[in-house]
Amino acid sequence: MLEVSAATVAFTAPGGPIVRAVDGVSFTVPAGAFVVVIGTNGSGKSTLLGSIAGTVRLDSGTIRVAGQDITRWRENQRARYVGRVFQDPRAGTAASLTVLENIAVAAARGRHAGLGWATRRTLRAEASSRLAAIAPGLEMRLDQPIGSLSGGQRQIVSLVMATWHRPDVLLLDEHTAALDPAAADRVVQATARLVRDQKLTALMVTHSLKQAAGLGDRLLLVHRGRIALDIDGAAKRRLSADALAGRFDRLRRADQLDDAAARTLRDNYI
Amino acid sequence: MITLLTTWTFGVTLGFVALGVFVSYRLFAFPDITTDGSFTLGAVVTTVLLVAGHHPLPATLAGAAAGAMAGSCTGMLHALLGIEPLLAGILMTTALASVNLVILGRSNVPLSGVPTVLDRAEAVILPLTQALGFTDSATEAARLLAVLAAAMLAVLILYLFFRTSLGTAMRAGGDTPTMARALGRNTSLLTVAGLAIANALVALSGALVAQVQGFADVQMGIGMVVWGMASVYLGAALVGPVRLGGALLATVAGSITFRLLVAAALRAGLDPDWLKLATAVVVLAALVAPRFLSHRPQASAAR
Repeated sequence: MLEVSAATVAFTAPGGPIVRAVDGVSFTVPAGAFVVVIGTNGSGKSTLLGSIAGTVRLDSGTIRVAGQDITRWRENQRARYVGRVFQDPRAGTAASLTVLENIAVAAARGRHAGLGWATRRTLRAEASSRLAAIAPGLEMRLDQPIGSLSGGQRQIVSLVMATWHRPDVLLLDEHTAALDPAAADRVVQATARLVRDQKLTALMVTHSLKQAAGLGDRLLLVHRGRIALDIDGAAKRRLSADALAGRFDRLRRADQLDDAAARTLRDNYI
Repeated sequence: MITLLTTWTFGVTLGFVALGVFVSYRLFAFPDITTDGSFTLGAVVTTVLLVAGHHPLPATLAGAAAGAMAGSCTGMLHALLGIEPLLAGILMTTALASVNLVILGRSNVPLSGVPTVLDRAEAVILPLTQALGFTDSATEAARLLAVLAAAMLAVLILYLFFRTSLGTAMRAGGDTPTMARALGRNTSLLTVAGLAIANALVALSGALVAQVQGFADVQMGIGMVVWGMASVYLGAALVGPVRLGGALLATVAGSITFRLLVAAALRAGLDPDWLKLATAVVVLAALVAPRFLSHRPQASAAR
């Protein structure tokens, strides 16, 4: 379970006013829920995700995961509860290490890294079976540098790494944005499967309308640092691209969304 | 023959610098100028202890430990205070110039008449080299075998360490800090530890070089980081793309090869004054060559 309450992150623009990238956002994600987060560039959705991951400090508000207040925890300390997949496969995997060595680092998440052999035989067997289950063929490449894999393959290994030990929250930061459509589809399928099989609590930022409409059981639209739309339950299951466009229009009419932002949203997602 | 053996011995001894630079520069992408200062630090600490009558083995290890401390200081300047790697190294090596001079007391101290770690090793290995048929050069051969064995031991220990959970986490942290942090590793601490290991190796080299050449000099570390880089690049060029163990061995081989090339150049009439410049040019060439040689764009292949 993830609880964000009254989260605020403010930046001072050079010579300008204070900008609230995240402006008093509160929401609760119950255990096992899969939330999709959308918004334009600069809407604050990445800052919001960063504040949960620990890369961005909150100016006020709290973040609780599994009942623990992690607001003041450092990024690496939060790894005990939070699993992450980055947008850039190069940020989430160490290119010069082999696939198995990368997995070995993930297998030590939240544990003490001691002087035991990193790539033990039991780990190899486990890695082999987990990769074979989600992307057949990858298990043959355990001993190759992960830098020799394609971006899509690296993201799938990243997913396996982030969920090696079941995280209390899985953060997916536009993790298919850097991939070609076919690879993105494969990564999305792998994501959906891992989330379902492990009953993960997940937060996924995406720029793809297809993903926003078709994935997850709740949708948050972040705009100007606030949650402008929160759709879940049956409404989310029925949600189509057209319906989402209609919601954008209604928001615009209600003056909660200015014309430029509404246009950008339509261009991005529809 | 004796000259050749001595050249090899120097090459192997400086191989520890190359191993240290491999750790800081290759594994942590940290161009660590501390190398110049910690090389001298290892030499002066060991020399002072030897002259004071201490046993050469603990004296040599104390030199390496001093290097580890210098390296962790640089690491803390960078990781805790956020100072750029180059500047952190420059600050540290500048500070070490004073520290080294204070420890040594004057700019040059000879080790004549003081038993060194090489003398001890020589006493053990001499019967072996004599049995192997070395006559005139048995002493030099024994010294070479001793440093070679030490270098191989260092390679083995480094290889085993960097395959442990901790060592793998360090390599991951050096390669991609974002990934290591997301998986719970404290990358600041890993950097400090990595630079401690790197500079322990560099200082060990300084300690050994002082004992090989028979004196310590406060200037002896100048240009060592570039020497290390040249050896790392040369080693990589000798073997091509290899795994960790191969890369470590290649680094020592690179140092030996580079020393042999330098000896050949000097013999061919190169004025020793030009040596550092030649070393810098080699590293420059190694840095620039890939840009002209690789026609296949490597970065896009990652897609």
